[in-house]
Amino acid sequence: MTLSAILIVSAALFGIGLYGALSQKSFVMLMMGLELMLNGSLLATMGFWSLALGGAPKGQLLAIIIMAVMAIELAIGFALIVAVYRKRQADVTEALETLAR
Amino acid sequence: MTMTDVAFYLLSGFAIWTGWRVFRVDSMIRATFLLLLSFTSVGLIGLLLSASYLGAATIFMMAVEMMVMGLFMVMFMMNPAGLNPMMMVHQHRLSIVAGLLIFAAMTGAVLLTPLPSDPVAADRPVLRDLGIELLGDSMLIFETAGVTLLATMLGAVVLSSRRGRFGPTDAGSVPPGLSAGGPPAGRQPKGGGSHGGHGGHGGHGGQGGKGAHDGHGGGGSHGGHGKNGGDGNHGGHGG
Repeated sequence: MTLSAILIVSAALFGIGLYGALSQKSFVMLMMGLELMLNGSLLATMGFWSLALGGAPKGQLLAIIIMAVMAIELAIGFALIVAVYRKRQADVTEALETLAR
Repeated sequence: MTMTDVAFYLLSGFAIWTGWRVFRVDSMIRATFLLLLSFTSVGLIGLLLSASYLGAATIFMMAVEMMVMGLFMVMFMMNPAGLNPMMMVHQHRLSIVAGLLIFAAMTGAVLLTPLPSDPVAADRPVLRDLGIELLGDSMLIFETAGVTLLATMLGAVVLSSRRGRFGPTDAGSVPPGLSAGGPPAGRQPKGGGSHGGHGGHGGHGGQGGKGAHDGHGGGGSHGGHGKNGGDGNHGGHGG
């Protein structure tokens, strides 16, 4: 288990997440792509902390911040989905071609 | 190769495979659980990396998050159970190319960069260090994250509220058209369609209300409150 292997796995997760975030029409599936990208970031942070920082506690703090970002993204994302659905009755990105109506 | 290495490669392969399958299955609920499995694999890799708190927190937090996501899948997706084949994608080739490009670029950077090597000592009390850090030097950062989460909760409640600052948040809501710029899709209320609140149709306020219950009410959503033509006019604001 080397740092390079961990970072390559995290890059793969990030790439798959980017594919999902760019390709999916549904808002919820789009958020899944974003979550997968953050998943890759979290793995890379844990790998750096464990294998390159000698276990410095600030590395774990950064990972905790990434987890907080995940929670915030999910909560605000779902709230926006509800708000957009109330206003436009839309659940796919194609329905938001114009910002104002 | 030690047992830890074998476990790492198995978990890594599983995390990538489940992450990929998230976007390939027809059932949205299965996609949610596959994403949960991917997160769980990463959490277990964290345990292998001596990050016991982070690994466990990842698994617990993501279990809850994915349950919420599954709930939203059922609420908003047309095919949550995967009974029919479904591929809701756009710009598919561009997305594949972008994903592959970013993976290749990051992998190239990893392979070409001389990475430092300073692994965690086996006897290092990482949990104690983290606790001291969170309640010591980095307390302000930790507290800031807590306040940010509180602000997130408030923002989520405000955004998803049924009633906004300027009235009902669904006022004037119409379904999107089937084509770009086309007429609204779905059933229209009988009492004058999306213009159900106009004065001439005010007498049909009750029918407009029925349309609103169907979720396609448009301007008739306020007409439903009306008992006479006057209130039907009020519904015109919604249209």
